[in-house]
Amino acid sequence: MNEESIHTRIWQEEAEPDNAFAAASCHCHGYDVYGDLLVHASWIEYLFLLFRGEAPTPGQARLLEGLAVALANPGPRDAAVHAAMCGGVGGSTSASCLIAALAVGAGASGGAREVLLAMEDWLERGTDLALWQTGLAAKPVDDPADVWPAPGHPAGFDPYGVRCTGPVLQTLAYLAALDGAPSLAWLQDHRAALESAAGLPLAMSGVAAAALRDLGCTPAQGEMLFLLLRLPGAAVHALEQQDYGHKNFPFFRVELENDPGPAQKVANVAEAGA
Amino acid sequence: MNGPQLLEQQVGRLVTRMGAVFPGERAVFRGEDLHASLKDMGWLELYLFGITGRCFTPQQISVVQALWCYTSYPDARLWNNRVAALAGTARSTGTLGIAAALAVSEAQIYGRGVDLRASEFLTRTRTGVDAGADLKELVRDEIKQRRGIAGYGRPITSGDERIAPMMALVRAQGLDGGPHLRLAFEVEKILLAGRWRLHMNYAALAAALCADFGLSLREYYFASLMAFLAGMPPCYLEAAEKPEGQLFPLPCRVLSHEGVARRRWRDAPLKPEAPG
Repeated sequence: MNEESIHTRIWQEEAEPDNAFAAASCHCHGYDVYGDLLVHASWIEYLFLLFRGEAPTPGQARLLEGLAVALANPGPRDAAVHAAMCGGVGGSTSASCLIAALAVGAGASGGAREVLLAMEDWLERGTDLALWQTGLAAKPVDDPADVWPAPGHPAGFDPYGVRCTGPVLQTLAYLAALDGAPSLAWLQDHRAALESAAGLPLAMSGVAAAALRDLGCTPAQGEMLFLLLRLPGAAVHALEQQDYGHKNFPFFRVELENDPGPAQKVANVAEAGA
Repeated sequence: MNGPQLLEQQVGRLVTRMGAVFPGERAVFRGEDLHASLKDMGWLELYLFGITGRCFTPQQISVVQALWCYTSYPDARLWNNRVAALAGTARSTGTLGIAAALAVSEAQIYGRGVDLRASEFLTRTRTGVDAGADLKELVRDEIKQRRGIAGYGRPITSGDERIAPMMALVRAQGLDGGPHLRLAFEVEKILLAGRWRLHMNYAALAAALCADFGLSLREYYFASLMAFLAGMPPCYLEAAEKPEGQLFPLPCRVLSHEGVARRRWRDAPLKPEAPG
C-alpha cells in the first residue's frame, strides 16, 4: 500500500519501538522538545521557535514576551472578550467561548485582520513617511469578491479615538526601547505625523503590527499570533461570567424601528366578527 | 461629533429593523410577527427572508434547496467534513465540530471564497457585456489578470457530477432562461474552445442561478454558507459511533520531515537553569 505522508519542516518524531502511534521523541525545528527545550527554553522562546524556526535572541524573546503581556487581556469591553463572555454566561462549552473570541477578534476593526492589513502596509511602506502619509489618506479599498468586509478605517488606528491611550503609549514606549525593534522605534518617533495623516490615534493593533514585523513575522504569522495571544483574557472573562450568571450580565434595551405590534389572536378576531 | 460621542449615543441600546423577542409575548422578524404573519414560512424561505428581506417563488426555493442538497457529501475525507469527523473521533461535541467545519468551509480554493469570486465575475462580466464589451475579450483578460476564473476548472477532475442533475431540476422549474446562467454557459464554451479546456464547475452554476434570482454578492455569500451542512453530521456521527481515535489515525512514520537537522538549544536567557 502506498501510504500518504504529511510534509513538515517543523516537526520530527521517532516512534516508540513497540507502537507506531506513540512518539518516543519529538524534535521541533531540530531541537529535542522533551529532552532539551522543556528544560532549557521558556514558553515564549518556544513560541518564537515554532513560528520563526530559529531560537530568538534575548531581545526578540523580550519583545515577544512584552507583546504577549500587552495583548493577553484586552478587557471585557473588547468585542472578542464580550463574545467569549456571551458563551460563558449561558454555560456554553469552553471551546465555544474561545471560538467566539477568535471569530469576533478576527476582524478588521480591532482584530487580527487589522494587524495583518497593518503589517501589509509596513511591507509596502517600510519607514518612508511620505508613503505612509499618502497611504493613510487613501480610503481603504473594498474587494467585493473577498470574504472579508471592507475595512472602515486605516489599519492600526483607533476609529473612535480622541488621543492615543495610556496603555498604547506605555506598550509602544516599552517595546520600542528594546533591542531589535527598529519598526517600533520608528513608529514611536513618527507617531504624531502618522496620527495626523490618519486623522486617528494609534491603536494597540498598530503597535502589535510593528512589533510582529520586528519579530520577523509575515503578515499571516502576525495574524495567527495576534489571535493566539489574546485568548487568555477571553478565557478567564468567560469563566468569570459563568460564575456571575446571566442575571448579572447586560441584556440591553431594544428599540425596534419597524414593530408591527402584537398580532391579534385568531380566536379574538373570530369573536369580534361573531 | 467626535468618536466617543458617536459611541455614547449607542450605549445600552439596540436600534434595529431586523427584529426582537418580547419574552412571553411575541417575536418580530424583519418587521413581521414570526408566529403570525410568518408562521407558515418554510425554514429556507425564512433563512432567505432574513438575509434579503424578500420572498422567493416556490420554484426558486426548490432550486436553492437543491443547490445545497446536491453538494452535501457525507465524505469525511473532504477537509471541512474531516474537521467534523475528527471532532467525533476526538469525542468533542457535535456543535463544536460542525461549527468549525462550517468555518473551515470559508476557504479560498473551495467553498465561500470561490462562491464569492465566481459570483463577482459573473455579475461584473454581465455588466460588461451589457455595456457592449466582447465576452471573449473579457474572459481572456480575466484569465490574464487572475490566472484563472473562479467557477471554471476543478483541481481533481474536469467534470462536475452536480451540474447535470442541477440543470435538470432548473429546467423542470422553468428557471433555465436567466441571463447569468446563459452567460455562465457561454463562458464555458469559450473556455472549452480555447486552449484552456476548462469546464464550468458547480460554483459558477450556483452563483449564476442565485444572481438570476436577484441575490446580491453579499446576499449570495450568506445564502450559500450552509451549502455543505447536510453532509457534516453524518461524518461526525459515524466517527463518534466508532471507537475513539480510530478515524484517520496517523502513525509517526507519515511525518515526512523536511526541516533542519537536529541541534542543541543554547542556555535559555529567560528561564533559570533547572536545578541539579
